[in-house]
Amino acid sequence: MFNVATGGRRRRAFCTMAVCVAVITKENYPLYISNVPAANELKFHYTVHTSLDVVEEKLSAVGKTTSDLRELYLGLLYPTEDYKVYPLMCETHPPSTPPPPPIPIFVGDGMVFRSCPRAHAFESRYGYVANTKVKFVIVIDSSNTSFRDNEIRSMFRKLHTAYTDVMCNPFYTPGDPIQSKTFDDVISSMMQVC
Amino acid sequence: MPCVSNEWELPPELCCRPMPFVALMGLDMIYNAVHRAIWEAFSANRRTDRVPVSFKILPGDHEFPKCRTKRTSYEWYIPKGILKVGWMHKHLNVIPAVAVVFFELDWDEPQWRERQSECSTRVEIVRQSLQGRGTKVAVVLIQKKAPLPPGEDLVASERASTLCAACELSAKALFVLPHTDHIVGYIIRLENAFYELSQGYYHAEARKVKSHKELLNRTTHQLLFVRHQFKIGFFCELKQDTQTALKHYKNAYSHVHELRAYDTNVHEIKTFAGFINYKICRLCFQHNLPLDAISQFRKHVDLCKTKSGSSELAFEHAAWMAKQYSVFGDLFDEAIKLGLTAIQTQHPGFYYQQAAYRAQDRKKMALQLCKPLASVVYPLPDPLETPSGKLDYFGQRPWRQGHQSIDPPDPAREREGILALQLHERAVDHSGLIIPTLSSAVAQFKKYKCPRMKNYLMVQMGEEYYCAKDYTRSLTLFNYVLCEYRVERWWMILTSILSTALKCAFLMAQVQDYITISMELLGRTSTLDDERKSVIQKNLMKVLMNTCPDPEPACDEAAIEVAKRLWKEAASLKTNNMITVEMQNYVPFVECKAAFLQESFSVDSPVKLQLSLRAGCPFPQRYSHLSVTFNNQAYNVSGSCDLSCTTEPPTEGELCLLGGKVQRHDFSFVAETSDTGKAIEIESVRLELGSESGRRLVLHWLGAGGDAASAREAQQVSRSSRRLQHLPSEEPHWDSISIRASTLVQARTPRLTLHVEHDPPALSFELFRLCVCTQSREEQPVSDVQLTISLQPGQDANLSQTTHITLDCNEQCDDSFPAFLHNIPLGNLQPGERMEKDIFVKTTLVGSRIFVISVAYTVTAMVGEGGHHLSCRCQQDETVVIETLQPFDMSVKHFSMKVESMTRIYSDDPFLLQTNILSLSPCPITIARGCFRLQPPMASPDGDPASHLKQVQLQKDEIGSDCCCLQCPPVPDGQSGVAMGTYTIFWKRSSAAPNDPLVTTVLTLPHVIVETIPLYVHAEMPAFGRVREVLPLRFQLHNRTAFVQEVEATVTASDAFMFSGNKLVRLRILAGCEQELLYNLYPLMPGFQALPQLLLRLLHFPGATNEALQRLLPTHIFVKPQARGTNSLTLAAG
Repeated sequence: MFNVATGGRRRRAFCTMAVCVAVITKENYPLYISNVPAANELKFHYTVHTSLDVVEEKLSAVGKTTSDLRELYLGLLYPTEDYKVYPLMCETHPPSTPPPPPIPIFVGDGMVFRSCPRAHAFESRYGYVANTKVKFVIVIDSSNTSFRDNEIRSMFRKLHTAYTDVMCNPFYTPGDPIQSKTFDDVISSMMQVC
Repeated sequence: MPCVSNEWELPPELCCRPMPFVALMGLDMIYNAVHRAIWEAFSANRRTDRVPVSFKILPGDHEFPKCRTKRTSYEWYIPKGILKVGWMHKHLNVIPAVAVVFFELDWDEPQWRERQSECSTRVEIVRQSLQGRGTKVAVVLIQKKAPLPPGEDLVASERASTLCAACELSAKALFVLPHTDHIVGYIIRLENAFYELSQGYYHAEARKVKSHKELLNRTTHQLLFVRHQFKIGFFCELKQDTQTALKHYKNAYSHVHELRAYDTNVHEIKTFAGFINYKICRLCFQHNLPLDAISQFRKHVDLCKTKSGSSELAFEHAAWMAKQYSVFGDLFDEAIKLGLTAIQTQHPGFYYQQAAYRAQDRKKMALQLCKPLASVVYPLPDPLETPSGKLDYFGQRPWRQGHQSIDPPDPAREREGILALQLHERAVDHSGLIIPTLSSAVAQFKKYKCPRMKNYLMVQMGEEYYCAKDYTRSLTLFNYVLCEYRVERWWMILTSILSTALKCAFLMAQVQDYITISMELLGRTSTLDDERKSVIQKNLMKVLMNTCPDPEPACDEAAIEVAKRLWKEAASLKTNNMITVEMQNYVPFVECKAAFLQESFSVDSPVKLQLSLRAGCPFPQRYSHLSVTFNNQAYNVSGSCDLSCTTEPPTEGELCLLGGKVQRHDFSFVAETSDTGKAIEIESVRLELGSESGRRLVLHWLGAGGDAASAREAQQVSRSSRRLQHLPSEEPHWDSISIRASTLVQARTPRLTLHVEHDPPALSFELFRLCVCTQSREEQPVSDVQLTISLQPGQDANLSQTTHITLDCNEQCDDSFPAFLHNIPLGNLQPGERMEKDIFVKTTLVGSRIFVISVAYTVTAMVGEGGHHLSCRCQQDETVVIETLQPFDMSVKHFSMKVESMTRIYSDDPFLLQTNILSLSPCPITIARGCFRLQPPMASPDGDPASHLKQVQLQKDEIGSDCCCLQCPPVPDGQSGVAMGTYTIFWKRSSAAPNDPLVTTVLTLPHVIVETIPLYVHAEMPAFGRVREVLPLRFQLHNRTAFVQEVEATVTASDAFMFSGNKLVRLRILAGCEQELLYNLYPLMPGFQALPQLLLRLLHFPGATNEALQRLLPTHIFVKPQARGTNSLTLAAG
């Protein structure tokens, strides 16, 4: 009985895979959007775009009160949402300057926003915003209700590192759409279907 | 009347706020004004401060519905449904909690007995009608007189008790309503009493229902559990006990989900669950527990969404879900209006949004399930028809009411029913349901700062309008949101919206919109593939040819036919064949960058401009006309920047843009001379596509090109670490082309040498000569040469006060002369001619000054190779720094007649004045003469004092001295200084020409302190003495005061002399008189010997110093040695 239960949970934990991953610039245009299934691309574009409303609002609130970043859990993002969207904002250099040397990035520095998983929702959005207002958004199929916060955080860490690697590439111009095979590989590993 | 048209609409009796129902009986509203006034007092102005009661007038003999006998056992009872349709209505509006009988009866009524029995009869009739019910009966006596205070009217209390007995009323149910001025006050008291009575009634009713509970069993009476709990809740609500009501509703809700749901009853369960959910949410909001309401609603949706029922009626479930969401949205919104605050992530918009999505689901399902088939006819008899026109129980199917079995009783009838429902569904205007819901959601999202979600919903609204064939609204909505997505650069979304918008524009034959949308879809940000782009470009060309474009894919056939007709009509209209598109609002397929080749151009060289064009379309795009307009209209008229093919056919590749290739055009024109110093800006670029015969499309760029996306792209290019290099042979890289929208027109470079000759430094007060030499190096004669000299701006403001400039050295240049001279005409200059002009500058203060000297002239110049003659004005500037120095410094000294320096002078005592002129000038100066001008009372004893400086040349640091003897009479305030006058020097540089004027420098002599002495002493003695020869020494003492003075004179001894005379004497000298003291000295030693000293003490002027007198007396005398051979003893002292 015990084994069955843990086995079940483990299998579900493996299912906690993103259906869509997006990197959004400070100016709120997409640098990278990838999703499975690929057919529904437009819908995911809308999903990511609309979730920026909440991220922006949270960001403006952060500016006003420098409260503990941990307190910035959104709670309920979109109550009747089909997806869980995790926006994440990461630090980058100011746009006017040339690419600086790579900065050590702490995921804990940024803010994780997430929506409350609801039984009737199908997918949820998560996100993270860093000091320089580059946002990461991860959409998760919310039929997986058993995901844990740590898993989301580690996904963001992975994503963040991959993004940092892209930024370190001297041939990459910040602000251009990301076209990198390595980055693609990382993203597709996050979106593997179990 | 089919029972399906109400569409899950909640019954009004469910949505209203339940209030106790009180029936007012026996009021004659038609003939009795008093009764009408009473009714109005009850019914009018029912504000919130009055008790919640619903009053209704019923006639005295009103027949209430008969009360059925209540069953005592439920043993064999099988319920047919959850709740009867009329139950709530019955308790709200039919069965009163209190029946009030109004009767006109005064306590002093003469025919009391008759009236009393009449009253009791009326009460009895009402009682009869309400038999079996717990309705309270009350009597109100309408009286004409105001009542006496309680206890005083014995008749009244006695008659009241008899009346109560006759009517079988408790004393508490008898009321008196005096018909006086204060009727409203009485009415309010009455209604409070009725309200209390009603509370008792509803409480009893609720208990009655509750008491059935023990009789129920769980197997057959599941429905009754729901029904009873709901009824108790409803009674509690009528009683205004909402807390208890909420508890019972919650119970009812959990019972409803305990019911076994199957296809035949799921409709009923959902309907009723929806009702209870509505009640719960509403009460939660009312109790200010919004979170409870939201969680209840979530639970409700979660529990019910699986209960979809029969798959043939799946649309019904979607419709029900939509209704649930929108009803909750309404409740939420209402709560917000009553003061609840919502947040960005939790507000009614989400519920409206979901309602809209469910409505869209419903539409999809309806389209699938309700396919219009010709063979299907509406079943007869109508399965949705019921005999009464109403259902018996909420949520039941009209064709099988009251059936609670799992399988439908008649499968054929069931099929007919479903078919009838499907046919009804087909007639529903789904878009008409979806759009208002989306619109409510949009309003909410806008309110709660979700602009992107709002835009998304507007896109969906637009798409829904498109489905509803309302293309105008659809396109309006799309146009509204497009710019937001364009600004945020979400190209995929933009392309998707544009594609739908293109369909709308096509179907409405909106030429302008069709063209702009096509152009953007062909643009570089479009995510369409090349094949699709080709189709769009072909269509665009067709529109430019004034023909109908090919229909867009997946359009309604009928609409296409209409559209084709519209396109033809549009083509026949000749008025609108010129279309201008403002490119900066879009991301179109033709890009433009215009740049002046230099940041500035000289006015005598042609202004060069390069225009680059690039098209992103798959096919080559021809254009007919290209022009640039500038901020100065003069250039636009000249037409030098037009490229037109109207006169000659275009050469191959000339006026044709190839996809992805950069095309460049060079323009040049001559700037106007009036624009010198101004900027020429590109105001717009116009590119014309199409031709006169078809439509002409003008692409209009404001400024020097660029569209909605290009600014951002330019920024990316500047940020890029890649260096865009291109070989000269290669086509230039588009990104490396930059825009330069303005250029500066600069004046022609002057060809003239300007040289200022002068001999620095300048000396102050001197007329310093500046010689301006100009020489023309022009090839043409120049005319209208003008010279301007002024102080350079930005220096100390005081300089202009102390600087004066003149052209004529012979006139006295004084303060009235300005510090600048403008536009001094110098005439014309032939090529190579040299011209000189002297300017004189007088500075009155030392320091350095910067002068700007400029020479302007007019010359006729040739521009370019075209032989265009241009008359331009050129100007050559030169700055000169002039240091001004003081030419000399003057110091003044006073001497006594003994040539001893004095710090002060004594009245009537002649003294010497010496002026020393120290030359500070590095160049030699010549002092022509000096001149003393004395100021009275200062005077010279020998008449006018003459100057001794005449034509003296002084090198640097040399001093020229002048001297004169002066005397000053006693002045009253001599101690504070007496002005002596001025000393004027006439001088010039030694290097100056002989006829140059002299500079006059006036120096003020310093004030001198004049002291008056009371006693004047004069010593008389020979020039020298000889050893052992008598030397007479006479002292004359002169009293200069108007008083008699006593003087004590002492003579000190001296080693060098023996002398005779008074050693100590006291004298009295009369006013203005003299006394003499005579001494004979006998020198003993030769040499310069000190004389015996005369010490005087003025007894009346003890302050007068001896020192002042000593100054007058000789101190030494030269004594010659004894002459050889002469008898020194020949003289004796006389």
